[in-house]
Amino acid sequence: MNKQLPGWVDYGLLPILNLIAAFLVAGLVVLAIGENPLDAVGFILFGAFGYGEGFGYTLFYTTNFIFTGLAVAVAFHASQFNIGGEGQAYVGGLGVGLACLALDQTLPWYGILPFAILGGAAMGALWGAIPGYLYAKRGAHVVITTIMFNFLSFSLMVYLIVNYLKVPGNASVQSRTFEETAWLPKLTWLEPLVPGISGSPANLSLIVAFIACVFVYILIWRTRFGYEVRTYGANPEAARYAGISTTRVVVTIMALSGALAGMMALNPVMGEQNRIFLDIPQQAGFVGIAVALMGRSHPLWICFAALLFGVLYQGGAELAFEMPTINRDMIVVIQGLVILFAGAMEFLFRPLIAPLFAPPSAKAEAA
Amino acid sequence: MDIGFWVSFGESTIRGATPLLLACLAGLYSERSGVFDIGLEGKMLAAAFAGAAAGVILGDAWLALLIAIFTSVFFALLHGIACITFRGNQIVSGVAINFLALGLTAVIGNALFRMGGRTPSLGDARFTEVPNYFEGVPILDPIWSLFFTHSLFVFLAFGAVPLTWYVLFRTRFGLRLRAVGENPAAVDTAGISVVLMRYQAVIICGVLCGLAGATLSMALNAGFVNNMSAGRGFIALAALIFAKWRPVQAMLACLLFGFLDAAEARLQGRELWLIGEVPVQLIQAMPYLLVVVLLAGFIGQAKAPKAGGVPYVKER
Repeated sequence: MNKQLPGWVDYGLLPILNLIAAFLVAGLVVLAIGENPLDAVGFILFGAFGYGEGFGYTLFYTTNFIFTGLAVAVAFHASQFNIGGEGQAYVGGLGVGLACLALDQTLPWYGILPFAILGGAAMGALWGAIPGYLYAKRGAHVVITTIMFNFLSFSLMVYLIVNYLKVPGNASVQSRTFEETAWLPKLTWLEPLVPGISGSPANLSLIVAFIACVFVYILIWRTRFGYEVRTYGANPEAARYAGISTTRVVVTIMALSGALAGMMALNPVMGEQNRIFLDIPQQAGFVGIAVALMGRSHPLWICFAALLFGVLYQGGAELAFEMPTINRDMIVVIQGLVILFAGAMEFLFRPLIAPLFAPPSAKAEAA
Repeated sequence: MDIGFWVSFGESTIRGATPLLLACLAGLYSERSGVFDIGLEGKMLAAAFAGAAAGVILGDAWLALLIAIFTSVFFALLHGIACITFRGNQIVSGVAINFLALGLTAVIGNALFRMGGRTPSLGDARFTEVPNYFEGVPILDPIWSLFFTHSLFVFLAFGAVPLTWYVLFRTRFGLRLRAVGENPAAVDTAGISVVLMRYQAVIICGVLCGLAGATLSMALNAGFVNNMSAGRGFIALAALIFAKWRPVQAMLACLLFGFLDAAEARLQGRELWLIGEVPVQLIQAMPYLLVVVLLAGFIGQAKAPKAGGVPYVKER
């Protein structure tokens, strides 16, 4: 198990093998239902890339998954497992929405944007920092507390929307729609390149997501704090002896993780629906787990993994339309398989592959 | 509020507590052996679907129950292979199982029955409740209907509590199970296979989750609907922590959460004495809130089995 393998095998070949295994099993499920898996892939790719509006939707979903993937990833670096992205994104939607509701009559969108980002990040950070604090101070496992905080956010948001934010006399459970000047601009400047993209909800949040990626990269690999985080993640005992404060690292990283998840709400709240509504994240928080695992917690790979899931989400809609025997929940199956093979069974192929690439010294030892 | 109100309140409490209790005891076996399981929800859901689908197709409740249990055990073994054999991350594996179950039940359900993921009604192939033999007899009527007008699963669940206590604290198997969750190296030194013990625990967990799922789709309801477990697996997990991984306390915690569930329907729009109207959302959030408060250390401290979450490596 501990044999050294070349870097490209560990970080390139094995993850790809895991991914292939996940998709092979997904293909078998499609086959078992009685459809042709290759046709299914064709529909997915056409739905995701085949026309401008579809591609726009792909980018829209990708934006969500970049944020939530980054959220899970930064927590992974401190060996914390934040399953609470869903809840953090939901309350983040409250922060974004309240900023818009408060300012949309006085400021244009670019004036509101900083406050909206701050609002979403602050609410998400709060929802992440409490589990972090409970772990650092009381030893309560972050996994359990973040699960509980997901459910707490669902109840809290329903309560707030129904009792305080809902427009009286209107049957739909949502806040009032923001003034149009407060809406984040769509990616209309891409129209010459991708005709039809302005018909989709893809918006400026995508750029914010890319900036967040750069920020996370610099923070984790180029700052003193990032070094402390990675040290703590690699060996908490050693970090403690080196004078790194558990409380500081865990609470800060969980707050940051929550903030990133909370910022996801920009995309649906300020960019798409332009109001606070029920179930803002729509599972994106959970998809973030698969994205972070697939992206090996690195911002660049997370972008690609997010795109893959964006393709699956948008293409899945097309697939469900073209093949009525398969519904959109197929994506959830693929998501589960990716988490299983890329996450839980990441060592599956290592014993098989290891002998092929063992360095000469190890071979000599074996002989 | 007459006695009938309280009897039906108590009945709903017991009924609601049953799937929770079965799943909670399932988690107890697994986690006591050192295998964390946040996939209770997924296993329950898969079993609920398998039971309902098999019941509809085969028309035999007992056969369907068996299939439900096998389905749950299959997922439990998947968890076991990932975490025990391949030493993968137990949390990640649990998350994967939850998603797999959620997706597969919907996809297969849709492919089989074309009803948007639901199954048709079970008809006769379900488990009915014991009838009230003492209708109208004073004293006996309320007692009988409170404690005995239930389905098979209720008796199984509450019967499993003393059984689990006995197995865990009075048998050799139980001692080894607890030891393997606290200090697997010591158990290994004593010549007992850690891997085998953990697989046994995971299989027991699968069987109990299967019963919990079947309770949902074959007794409490007559068929399956999408995401039918609706977070009950996580409430069971909450109850397990609340009970600090002990069987009798697990029963009490599940009864408490079952009570809250029953209260939710009865409190809607009602004014409570001294408190006023309680928001439904607050009652729904109560189990989660209580666990957070517990974990924050305000109600004693919940200590998980020491070796929980750590894959066992025989030799370094």
